[in-house]
Amino acid sequence: MTGKAAKKEKIPRQPMPEQAADVRRRNFKEVPMGYSPETAITEAKRCLQCKKPACVTGCPVQIDIPGFIQQVAAGDFAAASQTIWGKNTLPAICGRVCPQEIQCEGECILGKKDEPVAIGNLERFVADFSREQDTGELPEKAASTGKKVAVVGSGPSGLTVAGDLLLKGHDVTMLEAFHKPGGVLVYGIPEFRLPKDIVASEVAALERLGLRIECNSVVGRTVSVDELFEEGYDAVYIGVGAGLPKFLNISGENLIGIYSANEYLTRANLMKGYLFPEYDTPLAKGKNVAVLGAGNVAMDSARTAMRLGAEQVRIVYRRSREEMPARAAEIHHAEEEGIEFYLLTNPIRFIGDDEGRVVQMECLQMELGEPDESGRRRPIPIEGSEFLLDCDLAVVAVGASANPLLTQSDPEIQLNRWGYIIADPKTGKTTKKGVWAGGDIVTGQATVILAMGAGRVAADSIHDYLTIGW
Amino acid sequence: MFTIVKKESMADDTVILNEIEAPRIAAKARPGQFVILKANETGERIPLTISDLDAARGTITVIYMVVGKSTALFKTLEEGDAYQDVIGPLGKPTDIEKLGKVVCVGGGTGVAVLFPITRGFKEAGNEVVSIIGARNKDLLILEDKMRAASDTLHVCTDDGSYGHKGFVTEVLKEVLDSQKVDLVVAIGPVPMMKFVSKLTYEYNVKTLVSLNPIMIDGTGMCGGCRVSVGGETRFACVDGPEFDGHKVDYDGLMQRLNAYAKEEKAAYDEYCRLRGI
Repeated sequence: MTGKAAKKEKIPRQPMPEQAADVRRRNFKEVPMGYSPETAITEAKRCLQCKKPACVTGCPVQIDIPGFIQQVAAGDFAAASQTIWGKNTLPAICGRVCPQEIQCEGECILGKKDEPVAIGNLERFVADFSREQDTGELPEKAASTGKKVAVVGSGPSGLTVAGDLLLKGHDVTMLEAFHKPGGVLVYGIPEFRLPKDIVASEVAALERLGLRIECNSVVGRTVSVDELFEEGYDAVYIGVGAGLPKFLNISGENLIGIYSANEYLTRANLMKGYLFPEYDTPLAKGKNVAVLGAGNVAMDSARTAMRLGAEQVRIVYRRSREEMPARAAEIHHAEEEGIEFYLLTNPIRFIGDDEGRVVQMECLQMELGEPDESGRRRPIPIEGSEFLLDCDLAVVAVGASANPLLTQSDPEIQLNRWGYIIADPKTGKTTKKGVWAGGDIVTGQATVILAMGAGRVAADSIHDYLTIGW
Repeated sequence: MFTIVKKESMADDTVILNEIEAPRIAAKARPGQFVILKANETGERIPLTISDLDAARGTITVIYMVVGKSTALFKTLEEGDAYQDVIGPLGKPTDIEKLGKVVCVGGGTGVAVLFPITRGFKEAGNEVVSIIGARNKDLLILEDKMRAASDTLHVCTDDGSYGHKGFVTEVLKEVLDSQKVDLVVAIGPVPMMKFVSKLTYEYNVKTLVSLNPIMIDGTGMCGGCRVSVGGETRFACVDGPEFDGHKVDYDGLMQRLNAYAKEEKAAYDEYCRLRGI
């Protein structure tokens, strides 16, 4: 047995081919190009098929990982697809944007001595393969229950709730404020990281399962939660995300050329501003771009600016490299593409010209002091270290908070002191009967897969409510 | 689909009225609120304040001036055609109550936004004095509707081709000098709102203005419509569109409205060139 395992470990982790950094930094095509069937099978054969698979415990939606990998190793990709679908209705998306290194792959036993199995790459391969085969095959659906559910928001948690409840036989309608479904998958994550036709195809699969989508419906304005009940819905799920941009609140922040990451990325992704003037929404092109913040959204913004032809793109972050919240892979991709990192640097004001356009940014150098309440070492300004950076485009990517548009319209839905909806983590139930919530509007800004996990929990609870009671 | 059931040309064909089928919005909207319209797949999201609505017919009316590529594209839509997307009602409604005497001041296409608010104050039992202006007689819009919604209507044109020759602020000053006014509502070009607010500040009369900055989503998500009000950053889409006229940073607003002047002009020129306009 030990001999067999040792032999398996000899196969190195199969890298995924990517566009070369100097090419991709100027185009919007997807960076990694996917596995071939042969590479996928080779990679799948690395899996030890553990009896107690740790990877599954690391997955927020508990995909049967060894199960689908074994099917890939056997070349039965259709079966692998069904296995993943059993737990995850958005595999092509998760295979691309999940932080596998801290989830499934982080738990993989091979990773203790060697590199873990490339679970994310395999998930992506299986999803892409079945989509490209266009089998149109759908998972089996339970008999209709005649119950109606409204899902508010069409991001990852809403799509998961919808998918699960459709399979359980409920009638699901999704309400989306924007003109296109997908939420952050469409407005936030750039094309080069998650092609929009993939999101559209995953949404279309749900529509084939019976999902109805009403775009242009701003719940809290166009219709209220109570009116949804009056319209005959039996349950409502709220997954509206954390869509309120944070700004730095420093002088000059309203100058032209300073964007919230939400605005910059929405113009680029949802409105396809990178294709202006073919598309009508303009997107500022900076020469010297500063992105403030160092999370995944900051990396997405920086890499977008680079693709639009910037001469210099700088990530400006007040802490050090260790504290950067972005995934290691995203930081690595950004660095390869020539993004510069100004660490321990804190912007203190923006400087504009006569037309009110930003031209420079004043920064302070920082050093790390004692740990703060978040456990990270607190950045402390170094006296007299002020310096100026040229900057004609600045993107503020320091996070988002709770958007009050829906929550203010319904006082029965109680909020915590940060404005997020209070929901039972075991069920997703809010303080209002018949209403569930999950994703960023409950937890604050987090990941796609955590939002999906919350959706899964809520879907089970909604199903219980519709078949048993509150 | 958001079908156009009526299209009218106004102000020498520079301003277009569209009555659009949007039953959900028509049932909900109140004076002062706006919608976002998008003509087609590649189109821009354009915010326009609702000028009128008919809940029974399930329609809303918007009025826009043709100023660039997106509005030129809107203009190609005829009766029976449809906007791909209409989102709303957005923004906070006007706080309409019985105050006594309300003066409604409108300039250019701002009169389209002012009309439902004027009617609202009149219906709430206020004495309404309205002052509307345009560059010349041909560019004046909604005179009859404004007259019907007001107790008194004053008309101004910059060139004197109709009514008082001069700016709305001149007539407003006369009204403020002669009568006790409880509220002024001013909607029009930013410089007009700025000078009205400056004047009413001297008279210590509360003033509401309605702002229309560049925005994307209209739900507070992007912050593109941020404007400084009393030194604080506010989002016009969710905190407004109406604000205390005495506190708005009009110069900052004007600058931000010009953010894409170059791109917009290039896109419009190209659009006109391709179509021989």
